Amino acid sequence: MRTFGIEDFWFIVLAAKWTIGLSLMAFVGGVLMGLVVALGRTAEHNAIRSAATAFVRIFQGTPLLLQLFLVFFGAPVLGLDLNPWLAAGIALILNTAAFLGEIWRGCIEAIPRGQSEASQALGLSYASRMSDVILPQAMRIAVAPTVGYLVQVVKGTSLAAIIGFTEVTRAGQIINNATFQPLYVFSLVAAIYFVLCWPLSLLAGHLERRQARAYLR
Amino acid sequence: MNYQFQFQDVFAAWPLLLRGTWITIQLSLTATAIGLAVAVACAWAKTSGPAPLRWLVNAYIELIRNTPFLVQLFFFFFALPSIGLRWSAHSAALVAMVVNLGAYATEIIRAGIESIPRGQVEAALALNLKRHQVFRFVILKPALKAIYPALTSQFILLMLSSAVVSAISADDLTSVAANLQSQTFRSFEIYIVVAVVYLVLTLLFSAFFRLVYQRTLNYPDRR
Repeated sequence: MRTFGIEDFWFIVLAAKWTIGLSLMAFVGGVLMGLVVALGRTAEHNAIRSAATAFVRIFQGTPLLLQLFLVFFGAPVLGLDLNPWLAAGIALILNTAAFLGEIWRGCIEAIPRGQSEASQALGLSYASRMSDVILPQAMRIAVAPTVGYLVQVVKGTSLAAIIGFTEVTRAGQIINNATFQPLYVFSLVAAIYFVLCWPLSLLAGHLERRQARAYLR
Repeated sequence: MNYQFQFQDVFAAWPLLLRGTWITIQLSLTATAIGLAVAVACAWAKTSGPAPLRWLVNAYIELIRNTPFLVQLFFFFFALPSIGLRWSAHSAALVAMVVNLGAYATEIIRAGIESIPRGQVEAALALNLKRHQVFRFVILKPALKAIYPALTSQFILLMLSSAVVSAISADDLTSVAANLQSQTFRSFEIYIVVAVVYLVLTLLFSAFFRLVYQRTLNYPDRR
């Protein structure tokens, strides 16, 4: 046993780069896949809509931790060997896609039906109707809740610690096992998450209020 | 793919899994009941308490909502005992869940209180309704109706995030699964079965909440 020193402090603080990296990976992947999910949920074809709905129900209806375990322990079943970094990344992308897809479905449905009918009457193709008419308007409503969800993504990356990926939480566990100063260690870990998440929460709140004002006008 | 699925070890342990499922339900319900009481007190403090109390409640909410549940759990299970507060994994898990839910539910309840227009209360008083009648029919029921969807989905989110308490080896469903995993090494089979159990719990609770809504709160209103 040794005391909690300056190297321990930096070990935990620098592990934040893995938390940020994993968050970015989950967010970028989740945004791309979430768009597919949102379009699937609002598709006219029944089979596509059911498939997207099933995807959302499954990923919103089971714990993120178990999704992580299933990717991590399931990959060897398929003959793949994933390191914790990739396994956590894949599970977080799937989970983020389900939640963002569902948020964006609401934004797409908030655009009046007449818009979609008018573009159909003008003979626009599905791709043009979506990318030129519906999505640009839906995107404006989607910004605030999407930034808000980014906070959930950052917090979700802490679960990667349980399968052994050394991000901030796992770094804290390692230092705690060596120094047994849990009060310092976990206060520091919590402070790092707070510094990452709070500005995002404030930004989301600011965007939300600005949007509410825009609608009042 | 030449993997042999072996579910017999998992299904042989069904009494353990059933017990874990019950503890997950029990933890979630208890934490929700206590957490709601905390939230009502905090919502009151935030809307009509004195300034220092309002500041304190705000700090609590921001702190909890901007840090991961896993870190909060570690804090309650590892850090607090180091300053003399000793408790079991089960109690630490329950307290962490209460504290976590309390912060989220405070914001939901505050929104409910603020959703009642003042004129509505004044109108009820003008119609000579008694104070308790005003509270029950003019404040509580419409406020509950307004926050019902957010509150019930928060309960489901809490139940799902309670899987995380397995990280301190509590006795919930995921902890049972982790123990079985280390005994039988059938990780994938165990976790897929347990994931299905959580999915069924989510669907059952959602259906139950919908039923309660249709029976009690499904009346027409202005919105």
